Amino acid sequence: MTKIIIDGKEYDLDPNLTLLQACEAAGKEIPRFCFHERLSIAGNCRMCLVEVRMGGRPGPKPVASCAQQLRDLPPVKEGQPLHEIVTGSPTVKKAREGVMEFLLINHPLDCPICDQGGECDLQDQAMAYGHDKLERFKENKRAVTEKNMGPLVKTIMTRCIHCTRCVRFAAEVAGVDEIGAIGRGEDMEITTYLEKAVTSELSGNIIDLCPVGALTSKPYAFNARPWELKKIESIDVMDALGANIRIDARGREVMRILPRNNDDVNEEWISDKTRFVWDGLKRQRLDRPYVRKDGKLTEADWPEAFAAIAARFATTKPERMAAIVGDLADAESIKALKDLMTALGVVNLDCRQDGAKIGLAPDGTRGPRAGYLFNSGIASVEAADALLLIGTNPRMEAPVLNARIRKAWLRGNLNIARLGPPADLNYPVCELGNNPADLIAIADGRHAAFETLKSAKHPMLIIGMGALARPDGAAVLAACAKIASATGMIGPEGEAGWNGFNLLHTAAARVAALDLGFLPGQGGRDTAGIVAGAGKGEIDTLFLLGADEIDTRALGKAFVIYLGSHGDKGAHRADIILPGAAYTEKPGTYVNIEGRVQRANRASFPPGEAKEDWTILRALSEVLGRKLPYDSLAQLREAMASDAPHVAQLDKAPGFPPADPAIWRAIGTAGPIDNAHPFVYPISDFYLTNPIARASATLAECSRSSAGRPLASAAE
Amino acid sequence: MSWLERNLRAVMLMDIVSGMFLALRYMARPKPTVNYPFEKGPLSPRFRGEHALRRYPNGEERCIACKLCEAICPAQAITIEAEPRDDGSRRTTRYDIDMVKCIYCGFCQEACPVDAIVEGPNFEFSTETRAELLYNKEKLLANGDRWEREIAKNLELDAPYR
Repeated sequence: MTKIIIDGKEYDLDPNLTLLQACEAAGKEIPRFCFHERLSIAGNCRMCLVEVRMGGRPGPKPVASCAQQLRDLPPVKEGQPLHEIVTGSPTVKKAREGVMEFLLINHPLDCPICDQGGECDLQDQAMAYGHDKLERFKENKRAVTEKNMGPLVKTIMTRCIHCTRCVRFAAEVAGVDEIGAIGRGEDMEITTYLEKAVTSELSGNIIDLCPVGALTSKPYAFNARPWELKKIESIDVMDALGANIRIDARGREVMRILPRNNDDVNEEWISDKTRFVWDGLKRQRLDRPYVRKDGKLTEADWPEAFAAIAARFATTKPERMAAIVGDLADAESIKALKDLMTALGVVNLDCRQDGAKIGLAPDGTRGPRAGYLFNSGIASVEAADALLLIGTNPRMEAPVLNARIRKAWLRGNLNIARLGPPADLNYPVCELGNNPADLIAIADGRHAAFETLKSAKHPMLIIGMGALARPDGAAVLAACAKIASATGMIGPEGEAGWNGFNLLHTAAARVAALDLGFLPGQGGRDTAGIVAGAGKGEIDTLFLLGADEIDTRALGKAFVIYLGSHGDKGAHRADIILPGAAYTEKPGTYVNIEGRVQRANRASFPPGEAKEDWTILRALSEVLGRKLPYDSLAQLREAMASDAPHVAQLDKAPGFPPADPAIWRAIGTAGPIDNAHPFVYPISDFYLTNPIARASATLAECSRSSAGRPLASAAE
Repeated sequence: MSWLERNLRAVMLMDIVSGMFLALRYMARPKPTVNYPFEKGPLSPRFRGEHALRRYPNGEERCIACKLCEAICPAQAITIEAEPRDDGSRRTTRYDIDMVKCIYCGFCQEACPVDAIVEGPNFEFSTETRAELLYNKEKLLANGDRWEREIAKNLELDAPYR
């Protein structure tokens, strides 16, 4: 620790802190444009100037506080006073005013038409350090041509102040060397070199990083001002990571989605799908119940739709009914649907639309929770030193997690290998081919990867749904569990325990549904069995809770009830449509891949006659004569907590589960692995993976512009 | 005042006479009332009357949808919606003023960076129904076109004091 005086008060701080961070720790705000906690230090805006008095004497000149660490200061001489950082002296103020004047020479005065207006760092700092007394510059301002950065990022490069945050983000976090600066001095321009879209799933984050209005959101352009927006903290459902987001709504309309800082989950990044999906919330909405009459869906009211369901249920035997939970459902509606179906005696339940063989032990009972979680936790990826990706493409399945893996790789000692089809991940990967049977070889120690994992201190597996959503998925899972226990991936081997057995889900609802046991009961059918049964006429009535990713054309003559928010595949096939709420329109609980329970909040209301999903199920249960025992969300959550106690513990990852070998034997079913069918990644089009995304014009545009383009390769 | 003087004044009807004399004096003076609506009193260039949205001389509307007027309006009488126009410029798709809510404080024209929204010299805009007082963009632009000469003159006269 280093002792230092900041504005007259003595502090004892970590010598690795920069002067800026030290001042921040002391509660002093230092203006900055180029410095960002999660990017490398550039030191080029000079706004963070402070005065450093060494040994009681004033320093020769102000110091850029972001670019100097406390340990860079010369040691304090014997008998002399401590070094002092002064953040508010007239010298500092004058120096910063000078910097601000330089920045504003070429910055246009178009704040009224700038989308950053109202949340602009430069605007805020100009209030503190700008002055209009001296009109020294009569020359024309510099004009820079707009750059094309694709359908998401709008550029007004005249406003750029060359902080290079976007350049550093692209190179360091996103891992695509596609943004850079050309020219020097006044001729410097930030550009994508080739006038093309940035080929990154994280490109939207440069909009947040830009301290001025040079990079703004294209879909949000001119739509709203920050002061008119109601800001609601919520949780994202586009992937299973559970990124923390802030939903900005004006009136009843969601205007944009921004990330929220959570070091344990998404740091402060979100994927483009998360950020730009909001226009999908306004299109293709189911705003009233529909009942199919004479082959045509006709508008109906709630009692009519419920009566039709009740009539159908009264004549169907429970073993000929089934329910499937979709990828975006919240835990509350999953719980309500499970209770309703259980009350009706239905055992054909499944939440695994893709057919992943997880959640069930070999004897058909519920498997251990550790068998379907990202056990190490998302933040612990940074601690790993060997990583084996099995049938997963994290760049498509969880781009923010991929950035985390890249961060770990950038630090130097992460060895990454992959079993699966080649795909660019923005960091180099050792390809082990795509022979699923190699997993057994690794588990038996007959493969080179075994030694690498065994000798690593913090080895890690990430198993994707591409490896598990196949007929031999249970055998793949068992082989992975065997690798994990054979290579010492589980247990108290590290300093604080370690568990590197990680599943990467693609559906936000999956972990919650598995936690609540939305799985086939004794003798029940799984998703494939339900779809096949419907096709063969063995399932008469099928309830879909936002399930659109199944083959809806193969459902034969089954009577399909669809409860969901968007008119997608499921709704097209449905015989009765019950309009539900999208994830921004209901307070819901979501459990992310690492088992972290997070609550989303309501940002707007569902359109038309649509209602929150659990209230629909509660109302339906009354019509069916199987009244669910909860009347309020609080009661429902209590019921949920008595089912799965951890669902009541908010924002807490389960930590490393016990290294009980019995648990690890109960994961998957040992058996032969079909080597004739190599792994296939579950996501073919990153931008169109769920009904909301498919309704979004912005993401459709992204999908079009990204189709067929080669992915950018690793930066380093 | 003595008893005699008081009684004398009463007998002589002095109060009535002096009152009549005052009336006579005012009769000779110029009239302060005007023959409204045929005559109107003078208005200051800063008079804050009916709102108008102005255009540039080339016909382009001035308003750039910065929403500062909407933000500053203490009565929350202004509602704006904006989106990029086909040529990419920032324009309003909706600009409504609820003239019933408006308190004519003039903050909107103070906030406007392009002198688009102004309170013109027109104060005769009473209507027969309430709905007619909910102005939309069309109405405001029409007001601007109608009053542009007066508004421009007023702004010019007031400019030295800004």
